[in-house]
Amino acid sequence: MKIHEYQGKAILREYGVAVPDGFPAFSVNEAVKIYDKLNSKTVVVKAQIHAGGRGKGGGVKLARSRVEVQMLASEILGMNLITHQTGPEGKEVQRLLIEQGVDIDRELYAGIVLDRERRQYAFMVSTEGGMEIEKVAAETPEKIIKEWIDPSVGLQTYQLRNLAFGLGLKGTQVKNGIKILNALWEVFIDKDCSLIEINPLVVTKDNDVIALDAKINFDDNGLFRHSELAELRDISEEDPSEVEAGKYNLNYIKLDGNVGCMVNGAGLAMATMDIIKLFGGEPANFLDVGGVANSETVANGFKIILSDPNVKSILINIFGGIVRCDRVAQGVIDAMETVAVKVPVIIGLEGTNAKEAAELLNNSTLQFLVAESFEDAAEKSVKAAQEVK
Amino acid sequence: MSILVGNDTKLMVQGFTGQEGLFHSNKMIGYGTKVVAGVTPGKGGQTHLNIPVFNTVAEAKKATDANTSIIFVPPAFAADAILEAVAAELELVICITEGIPTKDMVTVNQFLKNKKTRLIGPNCPGVISPGKAKVGIMPGFIHKPGRIGIISRSGTLTYEAVNQISMNGMGQSTSIGIGGDPINGTNFIDALSLFAKDDETDGIVLIGEIGGTAEEDAAQWVIDNNFNKPIIAFIAGRTAPPGKRMGHAGAIIAGGKGTAQDKMKALQTANILVVENPAEIGIKMKSLIK
Repeated sequence: MKIHEYQGKAILREYGVAVPDGFPAFSVNEAVKIYDKLNSKTVVVKAQIHAGGRGKGGGVKLARSRVEVQMLASEILGMNLITHQTGPEGKEVQRLLIEQGVDIDRELYAGIVLDRERRQYAFMVSTEGGMEIEKVAAETPEKIIKEWIDPSVGLQTYQLRNLAFGLGLKGTQVKNGIKILNALWEVFIDKDCSLIEINPLVVTKDNDVIALDAKINFDDNGLFRHSELAELRDISEEDPSEVEAGKYNLNYIKLDGNVGCMVNGAGLAMATMDIIKLFGGEPANFLDVGGVANSETVANGFKIILSDPNVKSILINIFGGIVRCDRVAQGVIDAMETVAVKVPVIIGLEGTNAKEAAELLNNSTLQFLVAESFEDAAEKSVKAAQEVK
Repeated sequence: MSILVGNDTKLMVQGFTGQEGLFHSNKMIGYGTKVVAGVTPGKGGQTHLNIPVFNTVAEAKKATDANTSIIFVPPAFAADAILEAVAAELELVICITEGIPTKDMVTVNQFLKNKKTRLIGPNCPGVISPGKAKVGIMPGFIHKPGRIGIISRSGTLTYEAVNQISMNGMGQSTSIGIGGDPINGTNFIDALSLFAKDDETDGIVLIGEIGGTAEEDAAQWVIDNNFNKPIIAFIAGRTAPPGKRMGHAGAIIAGGKGTAQDKMKALQTANILVVENPAEIGIKMKSLIK
């Protein structure tokens, strides 16, 4: 789960990390009120969306007066912000963070992430703050300093010193820096995070060390332990059809193509997308209906897939294991009687009770194509999508 | 022969009395697996499916001499269940549970170091050596005893591959689902090195997917160790968009890393036959084995 910068900063503040004073604003009025409250010479108006690269996209601007805050807030609120992470369609800005300006001396980077190869969490810092860290890693890997955390002893003080000195911190900055880095680790572990990135972490002209940005992602599998995080979810940042699918426990991801697919199992669902592409089509979505595919899940799957107007054909690909194919077939028949499906439906069923399923489908009066094999399923669904005008 | 599970497997089921535990235990018994014990804390002394239930793994092991455990415990308690089985020094632990927090698996992985136990999974369909033992949730009947080893991060896609191998007149020595999570107990390299030593495995199907670098690491291992049994590989997710988790917790392209293209290239460099069409796994394996 992703959260907004201002929400991340609130968590950091709780753990003693220095962040600029600031508050979220949902309207221009609120933005101006916050300016009055902050009593700062300069303030920063920051678009709050779940994507990076906001500054480059024009979503982060400096204001030197009340009038400028009003002007910038009305410009940024409601704008369609396009960054390298939003994709070309962009994201509408619905919230702002108004915070005090900071006199920056140096911009640094600090991040914590899982190192899958080492199977440990890695704490990374770099003196190259403010840049994309992937770029730093690719071009100047020596400028990234890493400490891996041994879960049997946790993050150690010597490691924090390595990181702080690696950042070139001096004098009182060292102590402040260590305190912040340690607090980041505490947040990471306490809240079951999957990623924390502070980019930039800055040293101010007053010698303070401050988190100027905050990106915090949580491990979805750990959310059951954190009821306090549920309210931080902003559903408007997510794809509406993906949110809808989540309500039915369906795993759905919208794509750009026109062949809708409904599959049991994530790996087979990906392979089904791949084979559609291989036969010259474009998948419209990823949809894993999971271990229980009955008429209800199939009907819900149909509704979600059909909510995408691009869909010109639907491929149902089920490998029956614990799920019996005949039950799925009956589910498809029942679902098609309740949901108006006006595009061709192609069904491929293998595994447990596949023969019984084929009989059920062939005896039904409903219109669909039964695929003989995985390849045949792909071929037929791509062809059907191309034939629909 | 076969690897990991076989005629010597004496299985205990952790999370035995739950709905899934009982359902799949029944199926495993039906397949001929020697299920000797169930473990559900607080239900020790009961009997289900004619199998005794114990409160702890240690008790179950002592009473029945079980050497393998399969775990159907819910995600909140699954890491603890794995640790209990490792502490009791079982040879093999197979964790089916999906949804274990990553933080818990980091700890489990640390605890596993220098221990006697091998962990398979979590978030996997299990392991089957056809005709001998099934320790998992896969449909038994699609499998045939044979000489092809299968290693996969997926569930139903593995069944698809198994089915193709069977339909093309071959069979499987052992099929291993290593799981779809970012941290797993056994990776491709571990499984390949087991198959390397197995005289009854002639060829291997490797099914990877986007996310992480386990496939690239396996390719490098194949080169470094002159692994000479033929391998067919398929990588799922060539059409997956970056930054999106494709069902499995571990299936995500992050920071430009973990793309199917990179994995396919690495595998090809190791002279592994990478099929782009997932429907060609069986037929291509047949042509390699001849």
